[in-house]
Amino acid sequence: MLALDKNPPSIREFRENKKDEFLRSLARDNAQLLLNEIWKLPTERVDEVIVAKLPEPTTRLPREKPPPKPRPPTKWEEFAKLKGIQKKKKTNLMWDDVHKEWKRRWGYKRAKDDTKEWLLEVPETADPNEDQFAKRNKAKKERVAKNELNRLRNIARAQKIKVPGIGLAPTGQQSKSELEKAVHVAKLSTASVGKFQDRLPKEKAPRNTGKKRKFQPLIGDFSTEKQKQLDILKIMDGKKPRLDINKAVNKQMREEDMESDSKKKALPAVSSRAKTRAILHLWAGGALRKARSSGLLAGTQRLRSQRGGEEGLFLALGPGASLPLVRDPAHGSPSLLHRILSKPRRTCQCQGATNGAFQPD
Amino acid sequence: MTQRDGIVKPKTKRSKRFLQSREAKLIENVKNAMIMKGGNTSETVTQALKDIYALKKPNAVMYKKKNITRPFEDQTSLEFFSKKSDCSLFLFGSHNKKRPNNLVFGRMFDFHVLDMIELGIEKFASLQEIKKSTCPEGTKPLLVFAGEAFDTDNEYKRLRSVLTDFFRGPNVTSVRLAGLEHLLHFTALEGKIYMRSYKVLLKKSGCRTPRIELEEMGPSFDFTLRRTHLASDDLCKAAHRQPKALKPKKKKNISHDAFGTKLGRLHMQKQNLAKLQTRKMKGLRKRKGDIVEGEEEASLKKTKTDE
Repeated sequence: MLALDKNPPSIREFRENKKDEFLRSLARDNAQLLLNEIWKLPTERVDEVIVAKLPEPTTRLPREKPPPKPRPPTKWEEFAKLKGIQKKKKTNLMWDDVHKEWKRRWGYKRAKDDTKEWLLEVPETADPNEDQFAKRNKAKKERVAKNELNRLRNIARAQKIKVPGIGLAPTGQQSKSELEKAVHVAKLSTASVGKFQDRLPKEKAPRNTGKKRKFQPLIGDFSTEKQKQLDILKIMDGKKPRLDINKAVNKQMREEDMESDSKKKALPAVSSRAKTRAILHLWAGGALRKARSSGLLAGTQRLRSQRGGEEGLFLALGPGASLPLVRDPAHGSPSLLHRILSKPRRTCQCQGATNGAFQPD
Repeated sequence: MTQRDGIVKPKTKRSKRFLQSREAKLIENVKNAMIMKGGNTSETVTQALKDIYALKKPNAVMYKKKNITRPFEDQTSLEFFSKKSDCSLFLFGSHNKKRPNNLVFGRMFDFHVLDMIELGIEKFASLQEIKKSTCPEGTKPLLVFAGEAFDTDNEYKRLRSVLTDFFRGPNVTSVRLAGLEHLLHFTALEGKIYMRSYKVLLKKSGCRTPRIELEEMGPSFDFTLRRTHLASDDLCKAAHRQPKALKPKKKKNISHDAFGTKLGRLHMQKQNLAKLQTRKMKGLRKRKGDIVEGEEEASLKKTKTDE
């Protein structure tokens, strides 16, 4: 119910008349016109009152809030859509065989309510001392917590906030310590747990990454503490050196690995002819002297000691021994392939970086 | 993260309902207005605020305490109050030496200031001064704007929009004719805006439409336009955008020609003459047993026609 009088009110009249009188007469005329229009509208009788039906408003006014956006789909909804899983409507009530009546499917007073059982069977595999009721409660609480977490994640995903994942997620601005930590984690995440990763120049070793010291409780059961002390005393008292089986086995394994490694290294470089005569496996002690005394080996072979002279010496062929395998192209007859290869190289030099293969002849 | 973001779930049904009432909706709630005082107010301004509150009453909140803010300098506190009381219209009254008897009419979109228009009160007559007549609280007023400035001047146009938004009351589909009692008349004349409020008296005129008499009711103001803060075109467009669901659907195959005649286009399927119901006779009535034979005949006929 809005009217706009576009006609300019006559100023002269305004000045001549009293101001209020003029405004009132103007308002009266305008209101009469507006009401005439309203009276033209279709009327209805509702509860003995005459009501005019108003048309749709034509003056567009701004909204109070932006129109609601459709809720973004949750992760499950996306998945269900992808797989074509549709919701199945289930009835609210279901028959409860135990109580012989219709009960709700879920919620308060539901059918097959497993929280109302007063007796629970202890599974064979379970610890007999475990409280099954507490376990059930805990499981329920965890399910609820998980659901809540998923709800929050869905909201975060919808608002395009980074979802905190497991491990070190990259953030917008990382501090120095965070970066160091990230580098450390990245280094360790190779197949060999970072064993063969090189250090960058000036890189410092990560600090505080080891285990923290944990102390025994001050009060409580002293039996473990007593046992520990006794063990230490036993070691100190004993005359035999203590044998750490783990360490010993590891040492043995490492040695074997090295042996096989060096064999592998030596083998492919040697030609079949040289192999038979050159490979000598010498053990510690007088082996070094023996090797030197044999004049046959002295010139072409190089001695290489690994892990000091004690553990074992391996003889391997020097670089000269592998020579017969590689043919010097300069001495052989210049092959056709060689000639073809040499031609584009020349054109390359004058053409710059262009690919010689595409040059027209 | 507040409750509004839907992250903290409401714990009771009541709080859930409350939050739902404040959510953005396709068809929106009636706009509420908050009416507040600045750091200093004169008696005129206080009374003016009270009167406008009386006009706007069911959809307004009157702030009792002073709020020392300046809407044209810092709008954050206004936006905060708007969010708190879920009001998208505001009226701010203040009084100082530079701008005596100041009223700021404004509206919000998405809890941010859209338009603000400052009006100075030159002359004011309150509701109590004119005690002759009254009309019931919450009456939907007839709004009339007179003067060419309201149609031509950009600021006046926006002022008209703001005032319409402010005083129009709830959006209704039908109105009781006898209840059209209140008229708000705005006149733009010689750089001033005269706001008058009248009670409408419907007198018998002899024909169907009644003759109108007006009785001055108050409050009445003589305003001057001061500072304005108008929304940019982009923001204005965004605020006026109608959601797709509310737009009237296009009706197919209906057109109007230049004379306003409605033209329709019909698409008729070809009629199946075999199934045409002719005059019913007892002898031709189908029986339950006959259905199979009849179908066979029909199929035979079909094959014949195919040949």
